[in-house]
Amino acid sequence: MNWAAIAAIYRFEMARFFRTLAQSFFSPVLSTSLYFVVFGTAIGSRIQEIEGVSYGAFIVPGLVMLSVVMLAISNASFGIYFPKFLGTIYELLSAPVNFIEIVVGYVGAAATKALFVGVVILVTASFFVELRIQHPFAMAAFLVLTCLSFSLLGFIIGIWASNFEQMSLVPQLVVTPLIFLGGTFYSISMLPPVWQTVTLFNPVVYLISGFRWSFYGLADVPIALSLLAIAAFTGLCLAVIGWIFRTGWRIRN
Amino acid sequence: MNTILSIRDLRKSYADGFEALKGVSLDIREGEILALLGPNGAGKTTLISTVCGITTPTSGSVTVGGHDIQADFRAARRMIGLVPQEIALEPFEKVMNTVRFSRGLFGKRADDGRIEEVLRKLSLWDKRRNAIKELSGGMKRRVLIAKALAHDPRVLFLDEPTAGVDVELRKDMWDIVAELKAAGVTIILTTHYIEEAEAIADRIGVINKGELLLVEDKANLMARMGKKHLSVMLSRPITVIPPALARHNLELNGAGDELLYTYDTHADRTGITKLLNDVAEAGLVLRDVATRQSSLEEIFVTLVKGETP
Repeated sequence: MNWAAIAAIYRFEMARFFRTLAQSFFSPVLSTSLYFVVFGTAIGSRIQEIEGVSYGAFIVPGLVMLSVVMLAISNASFGIYFPKFLGTIYELLSAPVNFIEIVVGYVGAAATKALFVGVVILVTASFFVELRIQHPFAMAAFLVLTCLSFSLLGFIIGIWASNFEQMSLVPQLVVTPLIFLGGTFYSISMLPPVWQTVTLFNPVVYLISGFRWSFYGLADVPIALSLLAIAAFTGLCLAVIGWIFRTGWRIRN
Repeated sequence: MNTILSIRDLRKSYADGFEALKGVSLDIREGEILALLGPNGAGKTTLISTVCGITTPTSGSVTVGGHDIQADFRAARRMIGLVPQEIALEPFEKVMNTVRFSRGLFGKRADDGRIEEVLRKLSLWDKRRNAIKELSGGMKRRVLIAKALAHDPRVLFLDEPTAGVDVELRKDMWDIVAELKAAGVTIILTTHYIEEAEAIADRIGVINKGELLLVEDKANLMARMGKKHLSVMLSRPITVIPPALARHNLELNGAGDELLYTYDTHADRTGITKLLNDVAEAGLVLRDVATRQSSLEEIFVTLVKGETP
């Protein structure tokens, strides 16, 4: 294992994050605050509690997931796409590193950044609502796994994309609708029965449900199913990345 | 001299059927400077990219220091440094950090002292805290070299290192290459500038349409293929070449005051003595004589046009 290479990639990617620390830190604080002002206070005050949890507190896990998922994807996709765009990927391809080391370096850094933002949002949320975390270890596990799995997805997108437009295609046209329709702002039990069934085909439902369970013990789907879903998603992403590096798809001639 | 890089029957074909390399075999000796010459699309960059691991070969084998570039890619790649043709650098990154990154990527432990040496050698030390985007084109090229040298490679590939740089910087690059050679680094460079190969290479390889036409010591190549020209400058211009000189196949310049004689340096008899005697007997008075060797460029054009070496 080329640990020095993993550390070099990780440090290099984190340096990019720290160069824009103000943006990395204040942007999620601001957007989370806005969500709480609009949904938590203005609209949320007119919504009754959901299974004993105030609406403002109810949306916290979904909001964290929304930001973490989007950031994990954008950080990882940008991390590997930028060297392709600039041509600096030649160095990565000619270095004594294998695909596992490259993935650990890039995905590790992207997941760290997403995790940082997730924690910042949680801390910000605690100023607006009363947060309860019933299962802190499960919460941490869900958060870390989400950061990792969606960073893996972002890495795949970054390798697949051949221009900046494609980079934003999947996050905006696929992931954002799935998150918004995945129970970020509501419990799926509030939907008509038909839509409850349809919603079960949305993989993000399992993620948000599991994460919310770790806070309030409330789940739309069984917790085991949530864990299975995120594990399967992570495995699928790893399999795709393994195939990409074996074949050199979109990176090696 | 030991062989440090061995290429055997290397082929690279693309999905559309284009053959970029058609069975290239080449041995590169430790410590030498080999210049690969060839027109655009000849396969120079493909050859380098394949050896360095950027392009996957269709068939054939490459070993670096005895390590196969596929089966033992880590050991092979640790020995190689690559300076690409295009300036590819992260614009917002600082010089020092980008060189540190390269060293780490090649598995070397952090050593700022070594990086300082490299940056000083390339006159980049004062720019170490500058972002790449603040540097001139020439400085960026030096950064690329610094990155390639950060892990102390024994073989350095320079793909068109002086493309688009001014004369002064080109000369600086040649000095850098000479220093690296003195330090024992084997250098393979591709270039369009024949004068570059002529100035710094030990051996010349000519590649065209994916085939290596020849690899030969520069001096031998120039001696073997080089023709010399003898200029006989006359005190008084003439309008026609005297019949007594017809057998020498001379050319008369437009002003009528210079006769040009072309001869082969390898011939047993160059015919110069006979020519000068005949010139004197024809009553022509010499003002001066001069000789000129064919340039590598002329040799290169001859080879690429498919004429017999």
